[in-house]
Order: sequence, then C-alpha cells, then structure tokens
Amino acid sequence: MSISSSQGHSRWVRICHWIAAASFMALALSGFYILMVHPRLYLGHVGNDLTPALLTLPISNNHRPDELQNEVVFTEMPGAPVTAERNFHIFNKNGWARSLHFLAAWILVGAGAIYLSFGVLSGHLKRHVLPRGRELAPRSLLQDLRNHFPPRVGPAGVGLPYGLLQKLTYTIVVLVVLPLMVATGLTMSPAVTAAYPILLDVFSGYQTARTIHFFGFTILALFLIVHVAMVIATGFGRQLRAMTWGSK
Amino acid sequence: MKQPSRILRRAFLTGMASSAGLLLAGCSKTDPPTYGHVLRMGDLLTYKAHRLLLPAHSLAREYDYADISSVPAIGTTNPGDPSRSNMFSKEHGPIYERLLADRFADWRLQVEGSVARPRTFSLDELKSMPSRTQITRHTCEQGWSAISQWTGVPLRSILESAGVRSTARFVQFHAYDGWIDSIDMLDALHPQTILAYGMNGRDLPISHGAPLRARVETQLGYKSRKFLRRIVVTDHFDDHGRRGFIRNGWSWHAGI
Repeated sequence: MSISSSQGHSRWVRICHWIAAASFMALALSGFYILMVHPRLYLGHVGNDLTPALLTLPISNNHRPDELQNEVVFTEMPGAPVTAERNFHIFNKNGWARSLHFLAAWILVGAGAIYLSFGVLSGHLKRHVLPRGRELAPRSLLQDLRNHFPPRVGPAGVGLPYGLLQKLTYTIVVLVVLPLMVATGLTMSPAVTAAYPILLDVFSGYQTARTIHFFGFTILALFLIVHVAMVIATGFGRQLRAMTWGSK
Repeated sequence: MKQPSRILRRAFLTGMASSAGLLLAGCSKTDPPTYGHVLRMGDLLTYKAHRLLLPAHSLAREYDYADISSVPAIGTTNPGDPSRSNMFSKEHGPIYERLLADRFADWRLQVEGSVARPRTFSLDELKSMPSRTQITRHTCEQGWSAISQWTGVPLRSILESAGVRSTARFVQFHAYDGWIDSIDMLDALHPQTILAYGMNGRDLPISHGAPLRARVETQLGYKSRKFLRRIVVTDHFDDHGRRGFIRNGWSWHAGI
C-alpha cells in the first residue's frame, strides 16, 4: 500500500483510541496488583490456599500453605473440608488497585460503546474493520500470512485501509476478547451474579471466569506488544501523529 | 465523517453532564462520601449503577451440601489476641477474651440507633429465633473463594424486633476486633443477609467470627464482619475514621 493512498484516522477513532489506551494501561497495572494478592488460578466455583490450583504464578509470596496455622476438620468424613488460619501478613494493595480497576473499566466500556456505536452507524466497522467474506477464504488468508514471513515492514500508510491480518486482529480484540473481559469481570461480582446467575453457568464458576479473565489479559498484552512493535516498525513518530492529530 | 463527529461531541457532553450530576449526588449524607477523590467517585458510580440496574432482592446462588469446601480464616482470627487481630482494640479485645473463656454465656448483641426499641440479644435468644441456613460462596476481594454452610438469624428479623425507624438508611456492624463497617438498608433487608452463629453444622469457629458474624452474600467477604458486638442503625452515612474501611482506602460498596 502506498503512503499517498491512505486515509488517516477519523476524529472519533482517535479519541476512542487514546481513551482506550489510557484505561487499558490502568487496567493492566491495577489488574497485575490484584493478581499479586492471590497469584493462583483455579477452575470451578471454589479456589483458595487450602485447595489445589490449576496454576500458581511466581509473582508474589502470598501463597504460603506451610505457614497456615491451627488446621481444623469440619466433619469426620474422609476428604472433609478443613479450615486453617492465615496469620502472616500478605502483600495487598487491593484498596486502590480494585477501585482503579473498576474506574478504568467504566471508562473503557464507555469508550468501547462510543466506538461501536460510531463504528456501526458510520459503516466504519463494516467497510474497514470486519474482514469481508472472500477475504476469509483459506487461500487469501494463507497468501496474507505468507506475505508476513519473513516480515518486510517498512514505512507504511497511516490509518485506512487496514491489512487483512490487521482487520482480523482488531475484530478479535474488539468484538471477542474485550467483551469477554467485561463478561468474565462481571461474573466475579457477587452483586451481579446474584442478579444474573446465568453468568456463573456460562463460565462454569467464579474461579473459571477469573482464570479466563487472566488469559484474556495475556492475549491483550500480546496484542499490545505486537501493536506497538508494528507502530515503531512503520514509523513511530508519523503513526503517533496520525493517531493523535489526524495528519496523514 | 463530519456528521458522526458532531454526534460524538453531543454524546460526550451529555455523558459528562449526567455523570457530574451523579457525582454531585454524592454530597448528600445518605451516600458514601467521595472526599473529592477520583477513586471514591468511581466506587460511588459503581454503587449507584448497581442500585439502578440490578434487581434489588435477587438471591445469591445457593449450593449443595457436597459443594462445601475448605476455607481459610484470614484477617482477625482471634480479637482477644493482639498478634492475631489486624486492628486490635485495647477496649474490646480483653472483653472478648473474658467472654470467650466463659463460652460467650455473657455475650450480648446490642441493637440501637435509629430504632424504636433498642435492645440486646443473648446467644440463646438468637438461637431460639426462626433461623435460616444457606450454603453460599464466600468471595474474597483477594481473589479466592470458598463454599460454606451458614446458619443464623435474618438481619431483617433483628431489625424488625427493634423497630427500625422509617428514616433509617444504614446498618452498622461494630466488631470486637475494632473494625466498624456498614451496609445500606437494601442489603440489610436482603433475605440472605443473616447474622450467623453456625458454620457447616457446628458453632461458628473462633477464627471465623464467633460467636456471631454477618453474612452479606451480595457483597465481597470483607463486608461480612466477624466477631459482632453491636449493631447501630443510622439515618446518615458515617465513615468511622480509621476504624472504618473507606478511610483506609477500601471501597465501602463491595458488590463487585
């Protein structure tokens, strides 16, 4: 694609982009702090220091099962539930981290709603973002993939039109991963799941939703890395100006 | 592209105006304060959105007996022991120790404030009242969860027997470990909000809040205060300074 053929970004795309970028960074930072407080992931409805984990992440020293005290069994049956005291001090910054997480989530959801409304009303999503039927044919997908290996990125046009893989990535991030993050996030809320218990069934439990939320984050973090790398590779200053001031 | 830009500007301004109105509402004494702090404004927005959008008395999921799981005891695990209380109260800690030595025979729950008939309840009196048993999920703000069976008296029954005044808006929990917290009347009257004296078919263990703890199933675990000694009904919001959560940087509403 030649530089002169590109269209640049419309104003609402630029505004939504930077609001989303800022709130994503706030969500990623606060989310990491929240995860550090209990760095274990589980499946199902239940998971805690006394139950087995799917995954224990080496990001904090908060999980110390050997230091739990005064274990008591609730019933005499084998495999009966137990309780034990955690009297050691853990790292916990969830006071500000949780509040920041939800504040940023409100802002991201707001920006997302504006983006989707404009995207649908202006036809931007249909014309420029969603891949067309024939583009999704295995042959054209393979061709586009082949064009990316070995990577030959040089100065490219800013803004529209997007390439095929770019379209696919934006479609998956905006229409699949981000809505999934909102839905799994809401499934972790006791007030929301009291009102809509179906969320617990859809994601088969609070802890499964939390685990999906974490893997959704890793996909978004990978996206961010590739996204920024592509911006740098195709002319960092020019791309930044195009997304900020709208120049071509 | 001109037309959508204009619509965007209008939508943005309308959105700003309505959220400003929402935040101004936070200045009244019947809402948690924001102190002009942006994070508290976000908390207030979440609280208001929950109250506006979520049906008021939908029940939290109740599980089967087989789903009961192991559960750690965190926070204060004995208010009479300074090393096991995260906010040891010099005033109430030693009293708790004495009450515990006597297996809570002299323990009384005080109910007062904006009520017609302030009164106290002994443990036996509470146990003789109609009870509710529920198997629910404890969801900790830290990210862990556990399922337990809780038996106790609906808070609604306690409030009704004391005669809550029509001006009342909040119910405070005062605990032996020094913490004071409150919930709004909607959560206080919720059918699953109980004062529990039993856990998994036995008396409530000390580490889980003996002799009596709150269970607020529509909010995160830290709203279910343990080691209750006093319940105060109020017309206005009180943040309790350093004895309350909001001044320690924690959201007052923990429905999310």
